[in-house]
Order: sequence, then structure tokens, then C-alpha cells
Amino acid sequence: MADMLELGAVEARSALDTREISAVELTSAYIAAAEDTVGLNNYVALTAEHALEMAAASDARIAKGEAGLLEGVPIGVKDLFCTAGYTSTACSKILAGFTPTYESTVTANLWREGGVMLGKLNCDEFAMGSANETSAYGPAINPWQTADGADLVPGGSSGGSAAAVAARSALLATGTDTGGSIRQPAAFCGVVGLKPTYGRCSRWGIVAFASSLDQAGPFSRNVADNALLMQAMAGFDPKDSTSADVPLQDLSAALTRGVGGMKIGIPAEYVLDGMDPEVVTIWQQGQDWLRAAGAELVDISLPHTKYALPAYYIIAPAEASSNLARYDGVRYGKRVEAESLDEMYALTRAEGFGEEVQRRIMIGTYVLSAGYYDAYYLKAQRVRRLIRNDFETAFENVDAILTPATPSAAFPVGRKVDDPVTNFLNDVFTVPANLAGLPGMAVPAGINGDSLPLGLQLLARPFDEATLYAAGQVLEDAAGFVANPPRRAGGVS
Amino acid sequence: MTSNLVSGATGDWEVVIGLEVHAQVSSNAKLFSGASATFGADPNQNVSLVDAAMPGMLPVINHECVRQAVRTGLGLNAEINLVSVFDRKNYFYADLPQGYQISQFKQPIVGEGTLRIDLPDGSSRNIGIERLHLEQDAGKSMHDQHPSKSYIDLNRTGVALMEIVSRPDMRSSIEAAAYVRKLRSILRYLGTCDGNMEEGSLRADVNVSVRRPGEALGTRTETKNLNSLRFIQQAIDFEVTRQIEIIEDGGEIDQETRLFDTTTGATRTMRSKEDAHDYRYFPDPDLLPLVIPKDEVNELAAALPELPDQIKDRLTGDYGLSAYDAAVIIEERETALFYEVASAGHDRKLVANWMTVELFGALNKSGQTLADCNITPERLGGLVGLISDGTISGKIAKDVFAVMFETGGDAASIVEEKGLKQVSDSGAIAALIDAVIAENEDKVAEYRAGKDKLFGFFVGQVMKQSGGQANPGMVNQILHTKLDG
Repeated sequence: MADMLELGAVEARSALDTREISAVELTSAYIAAAEDTVGLNNYVALTAEHALEMAAASDARIAKGEAGLLEGVPIGVKDLFCTAGYTSTACSKILAGFTPTYESTVTANLWREGGVMLGKLNCDEFAMGSANETSAYGPAINPWQTADGADLVPGGSSGGSAAAVAARSALLATGTDTGGSIRQPAAFCGVVGLKPTYGRCSRWGIVAFASSLDQAGPFSRNVADNALLMQAMAGFDPKDSTSADVPLQDLSAALTRGVGGMKIGIPAEYVLDGMDPEVVTIWQQGQDWLRAAGAELVDISLPHTKYALPAYYIIAPAEASSNLARYDGVRYGKRVEAESLDEMYALTRAEGFGEEVQRRIMIGTYVLSAGYYDAYYLKAQRVRRLIRNDFETAFENVDAILTPATPSAAFPVGRKVDDPVTNFLNDVFTVPANLAGLPGMAVPAGINGDSLPLGLQLLARPFDEATLYAAGQVLEDAAGFVANPPRRAGGVS
Repeated sequence: MTSNLVSGATGDWEVVIGLEVHAQVSSNAKLFSGASATFGADPNQNVSLVDAAMPGMLPVINHECVRQAVRTGLGLNAEINLVSVFDRKNYFYADLPQGYQISQFKQPIVGEGTLRIDLPDGSSRNIGIERLHLEQDAGKSMHDQHPSKSYIDLNRTGVALMEIVSRPDMRSSIEAAAYVRKLRSILRYLGTCDGNMEEGSLRADVNVSVRRPGEALGTRTETKNLNSLRFIQQAIDFEVTRQIEIIEDGGEIDQETRLFDTTTGATRTMRSKEDAHDYRYFPDPDLLPLVIPKDEVNELAAALPELPDQIKDRLTGDYGLSAYDAAVIIEERETALFYEVASAGHDRKLVANWMTVELFGALNKSGQTLADCNITPERLGGLVGLISDGTISGKIAKDVFAVMFETGGDAASIVEEKGLKQVSDSGAIAALIDAVIAENEDKVAEYRAGKDKLFGFFVGQVMKQSGGQANPGMVNQILHTKLDG
């Protein structure tokens, strides 16, 4: 099958079950695609041999009629997930060569369902960034391109995941989303990304960035594939105290539900001054599609939205400053030898952590310090509660909320790294969902004048991912978006 | 009550002491990891991925530790907080893998309570408990194993501790020692901490300040990690003397953390206030607030064993024991249980005497404990029973006791076998007395002439003749009749 890479995951599953293709063939095609797109720097470790072994095992299970949900489907894994026997570095020098003996709950769920691990995907160092430019392995590149041929960022932090799925070097991928790290790169790369409700996916075995915000989620090229991956990765885990024991809805069934009678909120506060007019247009387009499909659009207000970003950039670094204290050179990872313990800490962490990570550790340490805690951390937590209340109030009247996914399309590599604050603005539409713990989905909706994808974001009530899949499918059908980035495997190089 | 004031060169000083006791929770597993919490394993054997703070590892609360903390709170007559919060206390050290200790800062699991201390003079006093919270222990650093490196043992890392904080209610090192002794006793009764101070299961930080009576609190120092009652008293006494000297010489006390040197008995500066850590406490985002159902607290309360204070009140009230005897008997739960069984159905006071004097004396001498002693509580009761019903005299009982202690036999059989039964036959006793009178006519004459003291001599002679077996009460009575009659 020549265009095996064009199959979606659901399609591939059926082609595998009918023995039209084998898992080994599909996996080989993806390994070749990953090698073909090596210039995009999407993979930080390709585990080809292991992938082929897993694929062969999948073929055997398919032959016995014992196929799991993801049997034989090649999946890329964000380097933030610990994978037993394979380096897991969070794309940081401080964890260079770190090979865990344990498998994260989420990836273990995937392998239990027959998924095939292709390798580890590039991301921002410790998931801190919105452009995948803080990775110790260098930036991941977006397979989409403007006419000038400049390298574009895939977004971040799960940049490698979004880019690899778009570039056809992974059929599916896992990501994590702390402030938009799945939805923003999904939008930049023209793929579907879901941040589940906080507590849906276990955080056990995922390198922590900000524990109260981190949530693992799926990347795919279409909404149905996304539902398939989500169905496999989610689940209650007693090893994560914040994991929620709430049964997952039947997500595949939700795909055909439509939006008839659904009330969809349009928040006034998401209209920003000087927002890219093409983003405004696509947002309007999305509203028209949903209305045409039978949804009722409702104007809503989320009055504390403007405080979300400042609150996020206090809470996330505060938690990170503590979460990253364990990378101290004592037990594993990088160590710079020194005369004293304090000096060893200082040198190890100065050399091991990149600039952005150091910046956030410093900010986090500062906002938790005696005398500043009340003014920063405590106030940010109060703001967080207000933002959560905003959504609770809104969801009394609406079933979902539609917003742009990002304020702009993908931008060139290196463009904004001199100005960290501008970079933070990438997360303006995505951060509130993390603060409120809500599920959110980014769906590709169209192509802008520069031939770059633009995405829309849907938000729903906690634990109501099904509504996102129902509405997401409607948007996908209406948009007729064809994800064909020029620098995909087999495309231009 | 005697005054606790300390005389300085310029007048009297009042000592103010507060204690923070760290008690290791009795539990098979650690507070947030499934690793074993047992003492004495080879280094780094009881270490889970969570304890070693591997990337992506998460804490999960051990509910047994929570129940132990609640039991302890109930035992301290304290308020149980149905919602409490775990915080992170952030600092870097090689034996702290996470880079933070999970503790409870603003919302501890147990709030205010009281502890009644028993003082050597028999009086009691209530000491306020400010709070009790759960926290993780750190690992152990060994700096003397290698010329340039430190060795780290993470076995203790993550083991559950209860930090029990008193109000600054103690006024002398004796009271502080009484507080720790009583706290240890309650913990052991509850089974929530083994109280083993040598193994570090119970250690105290002491906060000490001095002031002129009636004045505002002085600046305090904190001396860390004292693991015996003697060290606690020594450290406090040293600090009191040191602080009074400084102030009387016109100096000021620095608020600082101090270390106790067990070889010299002195304390020295560990770190000053300026060097104090900023722990950057904040709620641990890996853990949800700890919620304990009210029903569970009620169940734990209903299942609580009888505690030392209740037993002491019963011993000094219903049983009529002295405060001292009661305190000695109740300090250890095993002793109290032994006493309850031994004294059931017998003269409670007499059993208490036999326990505290003869039994404890013999145990002390032989180095045995109650647990490995030959005498069962029932048999000690049996021995006392024989005294009460006049079968044997107290003197003979001591001989019987010695045999019991050696061989473990029961008193009645020993008395039977050795023919030690007390002679209570008045005819036999009268015959003995007649013989003694006949042999000592001169003394009888002296006695009758007014030398009353000789009465004791006749008693002694009669007892001697009877081989100690004559009933002393009857000997007295018949002697009086015959001599005075």
C-alpha cells in the first residue's frame, strides 16, 4: 500500500484487522518517514528496533484475534513520559542519558492496548516553552512552511509531537498540556490535540512541570483518531492522588452525536486588541459552522480572563521551582563535581538547566519566598478560583465554549526568543482551561493567507470530553481541512 | 507547689520551655511510598522510586499513618481536623531526594490538646499541646566513611513522623522531662510510636528562654534533636545557665538554632536567625487535601485503649494507691496490664507494694524485664492472696517470692512443698510462748518491772522458735495476755 502514511489511526486499525496491511509494514513505513523527516528534529530518540518487535507482537495478536484498541498503531511519545529502558530526558541536559526502569501509566496503557512505540519526541525543556525552542536537542521544526521557506516553530511545549503527527512520522502522539502545550502546537501544526480534564490521565511517570496544571493528552490528524487514543490513555490510577475515579464516556459514540440543540458560548473577553484578523475570521467561521449544524450560540462573559496569564506565570513556576529541586546531581542525571555540596548543586543546575527553565525556577522561588508568598502565590491562587468560578457560571448556561486556539499562526524559529513575555502570550487562550482544570480541544479549521493552519479551541465542563468530540467532529466536517504540510514525509524537503 | 524560679546574680529568673517532639509513626510502610519503614535494614534497602525522587514519581498517602495520627490526637485530648493539608517544605540537602519535605504547615491534622504531666513530688500539671502534624523523615548522611565523600542512606527517607508541638508551658527541665516521659507513655499505650529514643523513634527539639517573673517572653533558642531524657534535661539546664549569664552581663540572647554536644553536655550555635532557611512552604499540588470522615474518627475513638491518666485516676481513687506507686505502675502499658491482672481479686495496695518493691527490685537486680520474667501476674496475685488470708507471713512471702522468681512455680505449691504454712493454731503458739517465758525468766521479770522494750525480744524469740511460721498477729496477742495478764 503506497499511501499507508495517509491512513488515519481508525482506518489503519481496520486495515490491520482485515490484514490489508501488517503492523510491521505500517511501523516500517513510519520509521522510514521519521528518518525521511529527520531534518525537522521532531524525534530525539527513534526506537526502531523496539518498534518492529512491538509491531511483530501486534501482528501475532491480530492473527489470534486478540487485538487491543491501538493494536499495531505506531505512536510517538513526548520525551516528558518515562519509558522503561529508553532514555527519558524531558529534553534537558540535566537528564541526559537518563533511562528509567519504569513506564509511565499513560504509555503503559497504550502498550497494553497494542500501541507501537516509535520513539521519543522533541519538546521544550521540562515542557517550559511555547515554541519548542528551549529543548536541549535544539528546536523542533514545523512541517508547514510559508513561501519564504523559513523554518517555523511547531509551537510548544509538545512541539515534536504535533509536528511529527502532521509530518506523517507518527500516526498518533502523546503530549502534555500545562498551559496550552497540546492545543497550541496542535493549532500551529494543523492537527487535533486534546487536553483532558485534570485528573483524567495519570501523571505517574511523567516528568512534572506544574503538578496542579499538567495533564497528558492525545495528538492525531483527525478527531476520530483522537478519540481512539484518548480512550486508551485515560483512566483512574491509584498511584496518582490527583487522578479522578470518574468513568470515561464512550468517545467514539460521541463522534456522531452532532451539536443539534447544543448551546455554545462565545466569550467576549477572548476578543483581543490587535488580534490577527485572520484569527478573528476563522473564529467567526467556526461559529457559523456550529450554528449551521444546529447549535445555539450564546454570548458569555468570563470576566477574569485577563488575569489568567499573570496567575499562570506565578503558579506554574512556583510548582516548577519545587518539582525541579530533585534534579540536584546527587542520585541520577548530570553532575558537575565540586568541592562542596552547595557548589555541586550550583554548578550542576547552572549547566544542566537551560535559560528558560532557570528563569522559571527563579520566578517560582521568588513568588514562594517569605514576604512575597501572599502578594504573589496566594493572590494567584485566588485569581485561579475566580477563573474557575467564571467557567462554572458560564457552564450553567452553555454546554461548550468556542474560542480561537492561538492569537496567531506559527512563527519563524528564533523570532521571539529575545522577548520571553511575548512568548508567554501564545498561551493566552489556552491557559484558563488549565487553571480551571477543564478539558479543551484544538481542531484545525483553515489555512491563512500565508498557507499556515489556524485552529479553533473548544472547552467543556469537567469530565465532559464527549461534548468536545461531538462538537470537534462537526467543526472538522465543516472545515474540510486537509492537513498537507509541505515538509511532511514524502513531501518537499 | 515548689517554686521553679532560678536564682541569678541579679535576682530570680523564670524559665520558659516549649518542646517539639518528633515521633516516628508505628507503621509497616512509609508515609507516601509503599517502602518498608522497619529499622535496621542494610543501607538503601528500604527505598522505593518515590523515596529516591525519581522523575515522575508521585506520593500516595498511607492511610494507616493517618489513623495513627488521629489516635494520637485523641489520646492527647486534641481537636481532630477533618480536613488538613500537606505542604512542601523546600530546602536542598543530599539526604532529601525530593528537595522538599512533605509536611503540614498551615492546616495540621490535629489541633489543640492537653497533656497532664506527673511530677516527682506527686503533683500533676496540664501542658498545652499546640498541634500535631504528619511529615516525612529525611535520610541519613554519613560524613565519616570516606575522606572526601559523604554517604547517604535513604532507608529513613519518607518514614512517617508526627511532630507534636507543645505550648511554652513548662517551667523547668524536670517538667520538660516529665512531659516527654508522659508523651512517650501515651504513644506507647496507643501503639502509635514505639518510643524508642535510642533508635531515634522519639526525639525532641527544645525551645528555651528566660525572663523575669511576670515579664514578657524572652528571646528563645532552639536546641535540636535530643534523643534521651537526660540530654533534654542537660540541654535545658545548660541553656538556662548560659542565657541568664549573658543577660546578667548586659548581653542579649540571639534567636538561633543550637546543637547539643552529648560528650560535654553543652550547646553550641548551629545557625543564626540570619542564616535561617526560607522554606517556601506551599500546598503540595501532588496531594489533595486530606479529608477524614467523622465516622472514622468516632470509630478510632471508640477503639482507643485505656490511657495512663484514666488508669492512674482509678489506681489512686478506687484502688487507693499513692500517686507515686500509681505513676510507677502506669508508665509502661505492660506494667499496668500486669498489675491489673495481678491485683484482680486481691488487696490492690499490697499487690502494688509487691510489684514496685519486690518484683521491680528483683527485675532490676537480674536485668530482666517483665516480659521475660518467670512470675506471671496471676501467681504474684496468688502470693499476695496467701499473705492476706494469713497462710503465710510477709517475711515468709519474701522467701516464697525468691523461689517463684527463680523457678516460676506458684506460691501455694511452694508453701505446701516446703511446709512454710503459717502457724495460726493458738494452742501451738501458746506452747511456744510458754517455753520462751520459761527459758527467760530474768527478762520476764525485767519486762514486768516496766522495761516495755523487751516485748520485741519475746516476739523475736517466739518467731525464731517457730521457724518464722507463727502468725505474728497471734503471737503478739497471746504474748500480751501471758506477760501482761
